[in-house]
Amino acid sequence: MKMKWIKRGKLFDPTLYSLANGCKEFAQSPQTIVFDDFVRIYFSTRKKDEITGKYLSFIAYIDVDKDLKTILNSSTQDIIPLGELGTFDEHGIFPINLLKDGNKILAYTCGWNRRVSVSVETSIGLAISDDDGVTFKKYGSGPIMSSSLHEPVLVGDAFVQKYDSIYHMWYIFGTKWMAATEIEPEARVYKIAHATSVDGIEWKKEEGIQIISDKLNENECQALPTVVKINQRYHMFFCFREATDFRKNAARSYKLGYAYSDDLKNWTRDDENSGITISPDGFDSEMMCYPHLFEMDSKFYLLYNGNEFGKYGFGMAELEQ
Amino acid sequence: MFKWNKIGKVFDPSEHETPEWMNGFAQAPSVIKFDNFVRVYFSCRPKPDSNGQYVSYSAYVDLNRNNLLEIVDICKEPILELGKLGTFDEFGTYPASVIRDKEKYIVYYGGWTRCESVPFNVAIGIGISDDEGKTFKKLGDGPILSYSPHEPFILSGPKIRKFNDVWYLYYIAGRKWILDSGKPEPVYKIRMATSVDGIKWHKHNRDLIADSIEENEAQASPDVIFMNEQYHMFFCYRYSTNYRGHANGYRIGYAYSDDLENWTRDDSRVGIDVSEEGWDSEMISYPHVFELDGDIYMFYLGNGVGKYGFGLAKLEL
Repeated sequence: MKMKWIKRGKLFDPTLYSLANGCKEFAQSPQTIVFDDFVRIYFSTRKKDEITGKYLSFIAYIDVDKDLKTILNSSTQDIIPLGELGTFDEHGIFPINLLKDGNKILAYTCGWNRRVSVSVETSIGLAISDDDGVTFKKYGSGPIMSSSLHEPVLVGDAFVQKYDSIYHMWYIFGTKWMAATEIEPEARVYKIAHATSVDGIEWKKEEGIQIISDKLNENECQALPTVVKINQRYHMFFCFREATDFRKNAARSYKLGYAYSDDLKNWTRDDENSGITISPDGFDSEMMCYPHLFEMDSKFYLLYNGNEFGKYGFGMAELEQ
Repeated sequence: MFKWNKIGKVFDPSEHETPEWMNGFAQAPSVIKFDNFVRVYFSCRPKPDSNGQYVSYSAYVDLNRNNLLEIVDICKEPILELGKLGTFDEFGTYPASVIRDKEKYIVYYGGWTRCESVPFNVAIGIGISDDEGKTFKKLGDGPILSYSPHEPFILSGPKIRKFNDVWYLYYIAGRKWILDSGKPEPVYKIRMATSVDGIKWHKHNRDLIADSIEENEAQASPDVIFMNEQYHMFFCYRYSTNYRGHANGYRIGYAYSDDLENWTRDDSRVGIDVSEEGWDSEMISYPHVFELDGDIYMFYLGNGVGKYGFGLAKLEL
C-alpha cells in the first residue's frame, strides 16, 4: 500500500535563532514530545570546540504550536551536558530520542567520543527528566548500550517505543570501518537492529542481526530508524546512503527508506511505497535524512532534514489518510 | 600472615632471542598447568612507533614443571591478533587470562583502542583455542564486557575463574580520569561479574576492595585463589599520580572472602614487598598466585610494571 505525504516545507531554521551553548548552525534529527497545547521538538545543534576546532553536538529544543508552523519559544539553557573526560558522550550528543513514560520522560542519547585511528565511536545513553523534558539527569556516566561481540562498533541512533508493556528499541550498529583512500577518510558501515527491554534500562539485543535488507549494496549505511503504528501495521522510516563519496555527491547521499511489519519481528523493505522523495528544488532537493514519525491528534507527521545534513534546519510532511 | 620467599626474575624478553613483536615487556603473568610444563601467559610489546606509542600483544613461555626457572619454549606468534580498524582491540590485547574448561581453552583479555581526549580505552574480549592454548580465535570483533552506566570506561585486567560451576570474572573498571598537570591519568577499581556460561555476564556493579592509600587509589590484577577453605585475592594498587617510581608506585595488596563477593582487605597479611635493590626495588605489581605440586607460587612484576620481565616467589608453608 502506497503512503502519501504532503510536504509542508521547512519548519525551523537554526540560523534565525540564538540557541544555548552559542550554537548557530545545524538542527539535526528532530524528535518530538506532544503536550496538550504544543509540541516540543528536540534536535542536535553544533558549535566548534575552541581547542580542537572540531564540532561538538548539543541538544536543544523548540516549542511549536500544534499548527506545526508557529514557533513559540526555544530552549535557552543546556538540556543535557556533554560527558566528562574520557566518557562515551564527551564530544557530542546526536541524535536523541524521547519517550513519555508515566510522569517521566526518557531520553535515549547517542554519545560521541573521538578516536585516533577512526574519527569516532558512539554508544547509547539514557537520561531521565522529571520536569517535562526541560532538563535531564543522566542514568550513570556510561552508556546503557554499546558495542558487543557481534556489534563491534558504533552503536547509536536509538528510537524507543512501548508496545504491550515491552520497550522496543530500534538502533544502528557498525559492521565495519573501511580503510581510508587517497580522497576519503575511514568510512563506516552501519545497519538497523532491534532490542527489547522490560524496564527501558537493561536491554536484550538480538546481537548482530540486521533487520532491514540492503537496497544499494552490502556497504549501504542505514541510519535513524523511526517507527509508528497506524491501524495494525508498524511503519518504519530510516535514511540510507552509500558508504563513501556521500558528503558532496547528491546521488550517493542520504535518502529516506521505508519498511513495514505486522509483528515487530519481520520487516519488509518497500521504499517505492514510502510516498515521499526529494524535491526538485528547495531545502530537500539533494538529500533527505534523519526522519522522525509521530502521531498528534489522530494525524501522522514526518519531520526530516534536507540538504547538508540539516545545517539549515528541518522540514515537515503530513500523511494524507 | 603470608610469607613469600623471592626466587628471582624468571623471564625478560630482552634477554632472549625473540621475534620483533616481543621486543620487550612481560606483563600480567598467568598460568595454565600441563603435564610436563607450566605455560605462563604474559603481554609484551614491539618497539614503539615514531610517535613513541606502543601496541601490546599477548604471548606465553613454557617453563619446566620441575624447575620454574627453566624456559623450555617461547611462543612463535601472538596468541591473539590485534583487532580490525576501529574495533575495541585494535592497538593491544593486554592482559590475558586463560582458563581450561573441560577440553576447551578460553581467553579473556583487555582490548585497547586509542582515544583523542584521553590516551586509551579498554574493553574485555574473548577468544577460544583449538590448539591447547597456543593461539586463540576471537568469538566476535567486539567485546563481551564493555562500558555501562556505572562502569563508563576502561574495563580491563580480567581474571577468569570457575568455582562450583559458576564463572567469575574479576576485572577493573575505570572510575574517572584525573588531570595531573594537564595529563590524563585513569583511576580504576576492582569489580566482578558472574555467568553461567562464560559468555553472558552479570555485572555486580560495585567496588570489591576498599581503598587504602587514597580515594583515587588505582587497583589492578584481582587474582583469586581458593586455599585453606577460603578465597584469597592478591591484587596491586598505586597512587593516582607520580606512580612511575618508588614512592607512589604499585604494591601488592591482599583480601580474603568466604563467598567470592564480599572481601575483607588486609594488606598487613600480604607478606611481600619491594626489595632493597634489584629488578623489583621500586614497585611490585600484577600478582598471579597458583598451586603447583603441593606448593604455592606467585608470579609478579617489578620495576617499570613488567618492562624488565616477571619474577617468582614461593609461599613458605
